[in-house]
Amino acid sequence: MKIGVIDYEAGNLTSVETALRYLQADYIISGKPEDLEPCSKIIFPGVGEASSAMNTLKTRKLDSFLDERFKANIPILGICLGCQIVLEESEENNTTCLGIVPGKAVRFPDSLNLKVPHMGWNQVEIERDHYLFEGLKNNSSFYFVHSYYPLLADHTTAVGSTDYGIRFSSVFSYKNLSAVQFHPEKSGDAGLKLLENFINYR
Amino acid sequence: MLQKRVIVCLDVKDGRTTKGVKFKNNIDIGDPVLMAELYYKQGVDELVFYDITASSEKRGIMIDVVREVARKIFIPFSVGGGIGSLEDMKKVIMAGAEKVSVNSLAVKNPSIIAEGARYFGSQCIVVGMDVKKDSSKESGYGIVINGGRTPVDLDALQWALQVQELGAGEIVLNSIDADGTKNGYELNLTRMISGSVKIPVVASGGAGKPEHLVDVFREGMADAALIASMVHLDGFTVSEIKKLLDTEKIPVRL
Repeated sequence: MKIGVIDYEAGNLTSVETALRYLQADYIISGKPEDLEPCSKIIFPGVGEASSAMNTLKTRKLDSFLDERFKANIPILGICLGCQIVLEESEENNTTCLGIVPGKAVRFPDSLNLKVPHMGWNQVEIERDHYLFEGLKNNSSFYFVHSYYPLLADHTTAVGSTDYGIRFSSVFSYKNLSAVQFHPEKSGDAGLKLLENFINYR
Repeated sequence: MLQKRVIVCLDVKDGRTTKGVKFKNNIDIGDPVLMAELYYKQGVDELVFYDITASSEKRGIMIDVVREVARKIFIPFSVGGGIGSLEDMKKVIMAGAEKVSVNSLAVKNPSIIAEGARYFGSQCIVVGMDVKKDSSKESGYGIVINGGRTPVDLDALQWALQVQELGAGEIVLNSIDADGTKNGYELNLTRMISGSVKIPVVASGGAGKPEHLVDVFREGMADAALIASMVHLDGFTVSEIKKLLDTEKIPVRL
């Protein structure tokens, strides 16, 4: 039951790693498909800019790897940028993304006069039952840092939503892939519980 | 909706937490790692560590503290003090800090803000501003450096706008006039800066009782409030502060 954490030079993986170690998960962090191939679950984290992230994924052949793993029914958890990259496209530098989940990442509109990035703790309202939220209270708070948010093409994929001037889907799940816009590894007990639910799934 | 953050600040010298008034007379108040764990359990939203170690040969101790804190608490924390280069930033971020904070050295070399933002993303770069009333400045406030001792020729509002332009992701706004007084935050200053920039502003300096946080969120328009001696020395807990904020209808994580 090894968890593979995808390293594609998008941000710092130290906090994801310390959280997994704290939860005593069996994990490996790598940027090579051959290392990640035997893993029974995949965590796809990331912080940073969409187009350079996509470039690194392609260079390392991680784009096709993720697509294969998705089709092989391996549970995948996208975090933050990872949650945007699995969509079809991102408004950030008009990037074509992996296209695993129908939808796109869009920027918080200037017209809302919000502080962007959306940074800090915000609540997630659960919209449908999902294993990631087992044992978690509705409207639990998680730590967010992002300027773009997921706009799902098919709203039935939404699992939870968050209000920041507008209500957006902060959690979604499509077949074996789930994704969260916030950082569970930086969200205290609630975030650790969510990660634990992913680790213990099946 | 986005919640207001309560942030505890720990000044660390040679690996120990210290507390001084107006950057003077520092006393040892404990192990930063144990204190971080305690505040984490009390529900603090974020932590800030300022390395005030004077001698350069002892600076490595801070990295050990950062690494240890990262293993034990799972909320964001930033590290500041003596950060002057991309290399310094890399060290603390690789050790597990979420953000890095630059202050005096950013005033002397503003390009470090842009460099850091390009390398790590704006969300990692915090600019600490030490501000003092100065009637010769257009906004009525000027920037001081070196722990509040040295005034520089910078208007506080202009500097806030400039650091935002350079790519800072957040401002920690410290009022040197209010710091250590325990009479409350500088509300006018906080409101002016927070209302003028599009990045979050953390109010700092002057908190003496939980009601002061209510004021700075309600009247000062702060996105977050920094506290130190209130919880280090004066017996308040983060949980009771947040409970009061909740009672006062200020959105916080409980």
